[in-house]
Amino acid sequence: MGEIVMSQEKGTGRVKRGMAEMLKGGVIMDVVNVEQAKIAEDAGAVAVMALERVPADIRAQGGVARMSDPDMIQMIQAAVSIPVMAKARIGHFVEAQILQSLNVDYIDESEVLTPADYKNHIDKWGFTVPFVCGATNLGEALRRINEGAAMIRSKGEAGTGDVSNAMQHMRQINGEIRRLSSLREDELYVEAKEMQAPYELVREVAEKGKLPVVLFTAGGIATPADAALMMSMGADGVFIGSGIFKSGNPAQRAAACVRATTFWDDPKVIADASRGLGEAMVGINVADLPAPHRLAERGW
Amino acid sequence: MVITAVMKVGVLALQGDVREHISALIACGVNPIPVRRRQELDAVEALVIPGGESTTIAHLAELFDLIVPIRSRIARGMPVYGSCAGMILLAQNILDAKAGQKSFGGLDITVRRNAFGRQVDSFESDISFADGSKELVRAVFIRAPWVEKIGQGIEVLAEIDAHPVAVRSKSILATSFHPELTGDHRIHSYFIEEVARTALQEVQ
Repeated sequence: MGEIVMSQEKGTGRVKRGMAEMLKGGVIMDVVNVEQAKIAEDAGAVAVMALERVPADIRAQGGVARMSDPDMIQMIQAAVSIPVMAKARIGHFVEAQILQSLNVDYIDESEVLTPADYKNHIDKWGFTVPFVCGATNLGEALRRINEGAAMIRSKGEAGTGDVSNAMQHMRQINGEIRRLSSLREDELYVEAKEMQAPYELVREVAEKGKLPVVLFTAGGIATPADAALMMSMGADGVFIGSGIFKSGNPAQRAAACVRATTFWDDPKVIADASRGLGEAMVGINVADLPAPHRLAERGW
Repeated sequence: MVITAVMKVGVLALQGDVREHISALIACGVNPIPVRRRQELDAVEALVIPGGESTTIAHLAELFDLIVPIRSRIARGMPVYGSCAGMILLAQNILDAKAGQKSFGGLDITVRRNAFGRQVDSFESDISFADGSKELVRAVFIRAPWVEKIGQGIEVLAEIDAHPVAVRSKSILATSFHPELTGDHRIHSYFIEEVARTALQEVQ
């Protein structure tokens, strides 16, 4: 055995998309330091997102939000055994190159940070590390996949604790997928044009009735019930940003959200998970946010 | 039990790529069902532990009282197959584990978690698999473990750079890689036909 050494191919589509498949049914939690990362790992998070400020603080403090300090990312990598993700600004391929050199497990090209390019996203095919990108509708999701994203998360309004936007975008994406599946083959060309998405991807979605990559949800999820709601809307898993570490009892809330994500269809388990969690993050109604402060609208 | 009955195979569905294993098992002609609860475990004859995050799966298994029941079913001869995280959960000893990380055990091996490195080192490769076929099998390794040490009665079915990546001990099969991601059902079929069917017939 082993007399022939076969080539080992890194960074293939299968390896990148496959990594996201392994995260399914799980919760990915935003953390800003080693202590939070350990709490997340102990609570059963499938991965952590290392960043300097959670979206709620970025919102409160304002200013330009950028990639995190490499030291901070590496300290978190050293502290936990689960995958560590990090965010780069939309279009900021140098931040992405830096994150790849740090061996992060996934890069989130994220609208939560201040965009570096208002026209182009990062060309993600050139990287070995996989990317996740946000989307508010199917066309946006397919444009990101066309640029090499290996995982999509529906956008919500990050840092608000208001789940309504995540709900709206998940309904939008899945509704459009269902509609595509009902079209005649000769109608897909115009559909692709109107969606501003490549025809090949549009046809693939129409045939399979699902995205070619894993679809998570993000933005405004603050309770176990929110997580279960998004799972029952067809999310493959959940990102929780400010919802955990801006709450009264992060360790317990984190574990509760993990339980509710696995047993999203069992109200009894979710009820148990929801007991005695203390204060949830205070939250902001998305409707009260002036349009320029809405993060979900970033990305094109 | 009627020999012609379709084998009921559970897929542990606490977290991970459950759907892909279910599709692969359907292609092998068995009846797969997701297992998240004790009653569901009791209803299956064999179990597949999917890829995913081993610390998360262990955490949930402990919380929902599945560790002991699964451990004792394995000890009583229930055929079981684990891919990647599943291999870690079947190992008697885990290196580079989270402090206090539990496993179901059953396989007398020591595995090293994330042994090939982080995601940028994840890879796919054609490897030989000792099921009697000379054809190579496409193997996808994602933050994969390898087997560092094997105990008695462990058969090595595949290796990379002298590290075992597929092992078997009677009714237990484990692979570091993810055959459920390739659409080639050879490993699942080996588990069902060679490992599980043989073990279940012995029990009868």
